[in-house]
Amino acid sequence: MTAVARTIRSSWMAGIAHALSRHLTLIGTSAFILMPFVWMLSLSSKPPHEAFQAEVSLLPDDWYIVENYGEALTSVPMLRFMLNGAIICLTVLVLQIAVAAPAAYALAKHRFFGRDAIFALVLVGLLIPHQALAIPLFAAFHQLGILDSFAALILPGVISPFAIFLFRQFFKTVPDDLVHAGRLDGLSELSIVWRIMLPLAMPAVIAFSILSVVGRWNDLFLPLIMIRSEELMTPPLGIYYFRSQEAGTAFGPLMAAAVLVVLPLIVGFLVAQRRFVEGLSLGGVK
Amino acid sequence: MAVIVKQDTARERTQPSRRAWGHAATGLALVGPAFLLLMVLVILPVGAVFVLAVTDWQLGARSMNFVGLDNFAAMLTDRVFRASLINTGIYVATVVPATLIAGLVIALVIESGGALRGLYRAIHFLPVMATLAAMAMAWEALLHPTIGLVNQALGQLGLPRPNWLSDPAYALATLCVIGVWQHLGYAMVLFLAGLKAIPPDLYDAASVDGADGALDRFFTVTFPMLGPVAMFLVVVVSVKAFETFDTVRILTEGGPGVSSELLLHTLYVESFEFFRTGYGSALTVVFLFIVVLLTLSQARALDRRVHYS
Repeated sequence: MTAVARTIRSSWMAGIAHALSRHLTLIGTSAFILMPFVWMLSLSSKPPHEAFQAEVSLLPDDWYIVENYGEALTSVPMLRFMLNGAIICLTVLVLQIAVAAPAAYALAKHRFFGRDAIFALVLVGLLIPHQALAIPLFAAFHQLGILDSFAALILPGVISPFAIFLFRQFFKTVPDDLVHAGRLDGLSELSIVWRIMLPLAMPAVIAFSILSVVGRWNDLFLPLIMIRSEELMTPPLGIYYFRSQEAGTAFGPLMAAAVLVVLPLIVGFLVAQRRFVEGLSLGGVK
Repeated sequence: MAVIVKQDTARERTQPSRRAWGHAATGLALVGPAFLLLMVLVILPVGAVFVLAVTDWQLGARSMNFVGLDNFAAMLTDRVFRASLINTGIYVATVVPATLIAGLVIALVIESGGALRGLYRAIHFLPVMATLAAMAMAWEALLHPTIGLVNQALGQLGLPRPNWLSDPAYALATLCVIGVWQHLGYAMVLFLAGLKAIPPDLYDAASVDGADGALDRFFTVTFPMLGPVAMFLVVVVSVKAFETFDTVRILTEGGPGVSSELLLHTLYVESFEFFRTGYGSALTVVFLFIVVLLTLSQARALDRRVHYS
């Protein structure tokens, strides 16, 4: 064997060794990440006596999927919780955009007295974590008699300083000529927002929508404070309530409910991975 | 920029043409609803928190008294608050570096080869969007003292089987592990983006300068170039860690005793279970200060990035 061949062979071996160690490392970390998902799926398909048996097994001997998922759907209104979640996420999202887009357009393209002050206020709003508003909003909603209603979950989300901030950044990059052309065509200012600005800022709108919906669907804090009635609960509160009803006796149905709660966003993620990653990594700036 | 805008508006005000006034009025009308909602739903409530923090108000009570800084003084002697603050410090100081290191290592390992990149990235990102309330229950089943997978495996290896969530020696550490599990995918995707943004010729330049080994290249090129991403992540993950609530509420309720009490959970219990609104507001002020300071330091860090690049 020549020296050259030996070098090629050893670098080829090194390549194999590297690929192997790369995959082993990532399989290990993936196992850590997937462990709760796998265990959740496993328990959701096992009958109670298998869930409580001592030896390790991931697949059930006796498939109990229909029974567990059936109980999760019937002993509490799991589908109702998910419908509630969807209604609230979408209502808030539509209102957020309806409020934020015209404001962002004004801040980006109009000159008026107090504009800088209002933008400064938006930046202040950007700093405030929503949990810090819980006490005064709870007290105010109590006064208004709207605790334990969808309004109590929707109102706090209607204003998104982040949406205003993000849309303004995008709208600023739209050439003024397009705005003037729109005005010459007789478009009203609001039509300019909806028909020129928002379509051009679609990547921002989609990213924000994912961030908003994922955050709200997953939020336990606000529903826990605002909602008491079972029929108004969102998925995280619903599953929390389900667990308190079951008192830890039935892992199967509880895990089935957990799978149902997690499923919509996971499916969304698998369908539109890049969009989800973009949207959720926007979250850093809030 | 701001100065230019001010001059422009000043000029408009000295020569008020009808068109400029119309334009300004439309601007105000467009921003009006957002401004009102921002005031009513964010700015005024924040003000109210500061006012309530110096009262003894309890939700539902008809009267309240001004108590000055008594609520803040009470925190100093409150055993639960002290434990909560210390636990939160430990939690953040553990979860943030562990998340960043794990996220960076996984990003580097993924980038070091071509195969299955997308799959590995997707797997590690799953916990970022999976509903934490539901996943906390999956963790609870996984960590069940007798029938959980973790202790079953430990038992088969003949190792001790701790009571992960109800032993005060383990509860906080367990929450930390779940915290890292939840956030590391987020750190990973930002590091992956950071790695992609490093110009390849920097590595060539480094190897011309004699940095040949993988470690050499990492410390001369990769690590410094990822600095801004890391700075950003430190702040964002810290804020996320400070806002940890679901896992505490579902898995330990701060217990056993106060061993896993975290700030936001303490705030929730005082305000919405004991209805000590005044005291809860004072806790909110503390929480708000910490989060706002962290977020502002992010703005500083980003500022520096702009100046130095």
